[in-house]
Amino acid sequence: MSETMTGAEMVIRALHDQGVEHIFGYPGGAVLPIYDAIFHQDKVQHILVRHEQGAVHAAEGYARSSGKPGVVLVTSGPGATNAITGLADAMMDSIPLVCITGQVPTHLIGSDAFQECDTVGITRHCTKHNYLVKSIEDLPRVLHEAFYVAQNGRPGPVVVDLPKDIQFKTGTYVRPLSNQHKTYRPTVKGDMDHIRAAIELMANAKRPVFYTGGGVINSGVHASTLLRELVHLTGFPITSTLMGLGAYPASDKQFLGMLGMHGTYEANLAMHECDVMINIGARFDDRITGRLDAFSPFSKRIHVDIDPSSINKTVKVDIPIVGDCAHVLEDMVRLWRQSAQQSDKVALQDWWGKIEGWRSRNCLGYRNSAETIKPQYALQRLYELTKDRETYISTEVGQHQMWAAQYFKFEEPNRWMTSGGHGTMGYGLPAAVGAQLAHPNALVIDIAGEASIQMMLQEMSTALQYNLPIKVFILNNEYMGMVRQWQELLHGGRYSQSYSESLPDFVKLAEAYGGVGIRCDKPGELDAKILEMINVNRPVIFDCLVDKQENCFPMIPSGKAHNEMLLNDYLGETGADISSVIDEKGKMLV
Amino acid sequence: MLQMKTHYPDATRVEPSHRHTLAIIVDNEPGVLARIAGLFSGRGYNIESLTVTETEHEAHISRITIVTTGTDSIIQQIKSQLERLVPVHRVVDLTLTGEAVERELCLVKVVGKGDHRVEAMRLASAFGARTLDATLTSFVYELTGTTDEVERFIKLMTAVGLVEVSRTGVAAMARGAEGMGGLSP
Ligand SMILES: Cc1ncc(C[n+]2csc(CCOP(=O)(O)OP(=O)(O)O)c2C)c(N)n1
Ligand SMILES: [Mg+2]
Repeated sequence: MSETMTGAEMVIRALHDQGVEHIFGYPGGAVLPIYDAIFHQDKVQHILVRHEQGAVHAAEGYARSSGKPGVVLVTSGPGATNAITGLADAMMDSIPLVCITGQVPTHLIGSDAFQECDTVGITRHCTKHNYLVKSIEDLPRVLHEAFYVAQNGRPGPVVVDLPKDIQFKTGTYVRPLSNQHKTYRPTVKGDMDHIRAAIELMANAKRPVFYTGGGVINSGVHASTLLRELVHLTGFPITSTLMGLGAYPASDKQFLGMLGMHGTYEANLAMHECDVMINIGARFDDRITGRLDAFSPFSKRIHVDIDPSSINKTVKVDIPIVGDCAHVLEDMVRLWRQSAQQSDKVALQDWWGKIEGWRSRNCLGYRNSAETIKPQYALQRLYELTKDRETYISTEVGQHQMWAAQYFKFEEPNRWMTSGGHGTMGYGLPAAVGAQLAHPNALVIDIAGEASIQMMLQEMSTALQYNLPIKVFILNNEYMGMVRQWQELLHGGRYSQSYSESLPDFVKLAEAYGGVGIRCDKPGELDAKILEMINVNRPVIFDCLVDKQENCFPMIPSGKAHNEMLLNDYLGETGADISSVIDEKGKMLV
Repeated sequence: MLQMKTHYPDATRVEPSHRHTLAIIVDNEPGVLARIAGLFSGRGYNIESLTVTETEHEAHISRITIVTTGTDSIIQQIKSQLERLVPVHRVVDLTLTGEAVERELCLVKVVGKGDHRVEAMRLASAFGARTLDATLTSFVYELTGTTDEVERFIKLMTAVGLVEVSRTGVAAMARGAEGMGGLSP
């Protein structure tokens, strides 16, 4: 079934054939034919953003909250370069995206034409793969292949750079029977011998811990279900990375909370003391491991990852299993049941005893105040008042992001969108736009900082245009709080350029965009105002004025090990000077 | 609190580095070489030598030979990172598969008269180099050999009027009856 059409029409057709309903984009000279094709149809809805970076983050929010690939359309030159930060973000967090960029006509490539840039050259390092399509014959295959590559194996962003003359050319469109790449075949099924060895190791473990990550989310809802089953079967404790939150219900007793730099005391100490670590879909990121040579010194390690290059990259493992989390988990659950494996009950009881001891330290406790809103309190209230709804949370980057990860309890996968690997301020608002589009009836909240929010603020206008009632909840501490915290730790409290000077009036700003502005500075009024925010069916900016001095704890300072965590009452207890906690070598690290 | 001496990302173990020759089979599509070279520079790996040409025209498949050095774990990372690239079909570490045959070709131009000229001719014949061009004052020699042989040849020729060198970099193949695949027998 082949049809004759232009390159521009092929783009829309291929998107439709891939089941794409929404694309995020911004027009320009080099994509006008595609915009004309969009004009002539109504199957694929185009969401007009206000900045190309916003388009990519929106597509990321869409993808992460729905499990479907996100699609972006931008013009050549500045359109493409504006999209770079988003692509790099998606690359780091393994988000499946297809980004179509316009390019100058083929005969002008290389001539420094108006709005020409070497898009495939520039994006080579921040995409999983990219294509420059130089002939109309290649276009249908490349478009479908792009979706295959973006979604299969370790997901990631794929760029298709499309010169304008190819968009005008007429050719034959055939939907390929399979959109597979001709040779790219990532391994999804784990090696059974290794899985067997893993089960054996787990059954004999005395102090085991599951350490799971974004790979479980990427593997689909089924992977989360299987993970829950395996964790219940074994009775082992489980901790999760920032990217993996929600794969396992946070309210469950076996869940120790997030681990890593701002992880819980119990999660990090369990990692430090464990004898068997079962890493499923996480990558031993430096925010997780802290000082490598002191990382989990007593453990044998199992690592399940779809990307072989993640295995043994920084941390040596004993049993590597290359494969997709859901596939491997399925085998693990079956093998555990078949062999009627039993955990070492007595040892486990001891282990849980130890863990409960750490837990009782209540590391997320804080001293609340009746006068000023503590950021932790604000998030606890936000959580309590939204937990019974279908709620999706995105964040910006900073202290508020870490507090959100600590105080929000995610029960389901795909409910949590944050920029983990790239740490991109400005991610949260457009990501909320994308998530709201994918879930029109859900409550979507961007937990923001007053500094981060100003990086992609223009996307408020997008939210208004498409009636997306997103809520921007700003923990306004008038500081780039995370920067201030590091300056206290590393630079003697010299707050160089980290004060948020000349802040806009966020309430008026919300109103200027046509949304609703709410301000709160009294703990006593918080609940009522949060409810007011939830009940408005329009975009809201909530300016929550919080304690300006609060720091985010627990914290493993750079260059320290899991058992050298700082707790929030650290200073009170030891009387130590916060500026002396990190030594000279640690200051070199980020 | 433990007394800490080191911090990541400083390597704590000092592992020995070795020279490895990798054969990489790739789709010969635009940008594939940039992808591979960019991977090495972006992740801080060395390239000591790089050779590439399409080896199967029908299938548009190229074979890239890269000589690199690194610790065992770095070499394993390089291999995994290369395999992650979409157009890469296979990566074989020829150094691990047993002693591979490695050759490179070099062209050298020597200019001189009298004793220098005579000595250049003697050296060339001692190394088994072929004479590709000769004038009354110059020679162009071709030598094929291991990297070490080529290095020695060039060093000696420097003393007798070397003015120009062109080298291909290493081409390599595993010994024995087994093929690396790709080509149908
Ligand atoms: C685009 C970008 N620029 C700079 C940074 C470095 N950075 C990390 S957190 C932060 C401060 C964020 O301040 P705010 O949004 O107010 O959040 P808070 O930490 O106060 O909660 C900065 C500047 C970053 N992550 N991203
Ligand atoms: Mg702030």
